[in-house]
Amino acid sequence: MQLRTLQKILWAVASFATLAFGTWQFSQDRGPSVGEQAPFRPTFALPDAEGQLRTQADFEGKHLLVFFGFTNCPDVCPTTLAEVAQVMDDLSAQAANVQSLFISVDPVRDRALGLAEFTGAFHPSILGLAGDDTQTRAAADSFYIHYERQDDTTAPDGYSMSHSPALYLVGPDGDWLRQFSYGTPAAEILADLRSRL
Amino acid sequence: MKTHILSALILMASTPAFACESTSIGALSVVGPWSRATIGAGRPAVFYVAITNGGASDDALVAISTPAASMPMLHETTVTDGVASMPHAMSIPLPAGQTVQLAPGGYHGMLMGLTAALTEGETFPITLTFEVAGDVTVNVAVLSLRAEGPDCGTDGQ
Repeated sequence: MQLRTLQKILWAVASFATLAFGTWQFSQDRGPSVGEQAPFRPTFALPDAEGQLRTQADFEGKHLLVFFGFTNCPDVCPTTLAEVAQVMDDLSAQAANVQSLFISVDPVRDRALGLAEFTGAFHPSILGLAGDDTQTRAAADSFYIHYERQDDTTAPDGYSMSHSPALYLVGPDGDWLRQFSYGTPAAEILADLRSRL
Repeated sequence: MKTHILSALILMASTPAFACESTSIGALSVVGPWSRATIGAGRPAVFYVAITNGGASDDALVAISTPAASMPMLHETTVTDGVASMPHAMSIPLPAGQTVQLAPGGYHGMLMGLTAALTEGETFPITLTFEVAGDVTVNVAVLSLRAEGPDCGTDGQ
């Protein structure tokens, strides 16, 4: 009983924290200037398709365009990766200063289905990363994003993943700069990036 | 309407004409059914279309079926508190006098259990079952993996 109460309190605290982060992230969406209020540096250590561990330090000096998703996702993920691919194409020579990352929130299944094959079909420059549960959770936490497995008998293998669908921009020194909410047109992302490069 | 479609076709020479197919059943018009090419057959494909209910009474899209996939389902992408999820949609309401889009980021068909990979440029039939109007079969145009939709001038691009 004691524990139950404690659990309830912990859940309440966790829910409040989630809400607070959600509200905070939403406010970040307004523009890059708001990001100055609370600078932070996301971190990750995740293997790529070949199994080589990649961290944020590998990309120092480049802007990172980061998307969390899963390859079995038919709607949101292809739509966003298609936009990222368009941005990378349109950046032409400046693309050398931008690394786009696809971080799997469904790493076991995505590895089985083919991670590089998926990202490569959109754009050869998109790097897919898929770690274990701990690595994935740590990366998501450092970006303050949410993902969760959801049982769904109408989805492949009986489950789907809910996830924050935004694109995150990290600066060349590792600072989180802003997010582009789902559905931001490629042209808008391109214009924002160009103003920074 | 015809000139509209014609000018859209001339403007979008790269868009295959079949992506702008319009089919009527009763008071409903089913316009521009499209999908994206898939990487192999192991992942679900998507189905998008615009449906206009020109009638005076409501209808609903209650099911889809296709020889291209063993388990086609209607889903809706919803973004709540910054988190996207994709619940199953039992039916998609088609209010009288309105156009409802199955489009990226909203309602869509999820085609699971593909019989073969979908290749850009091909078409496959899909049967839509409406609560009132009944069944209609249309041809779905497979666009590129990176497509955001056909430009038919009628699908809210």
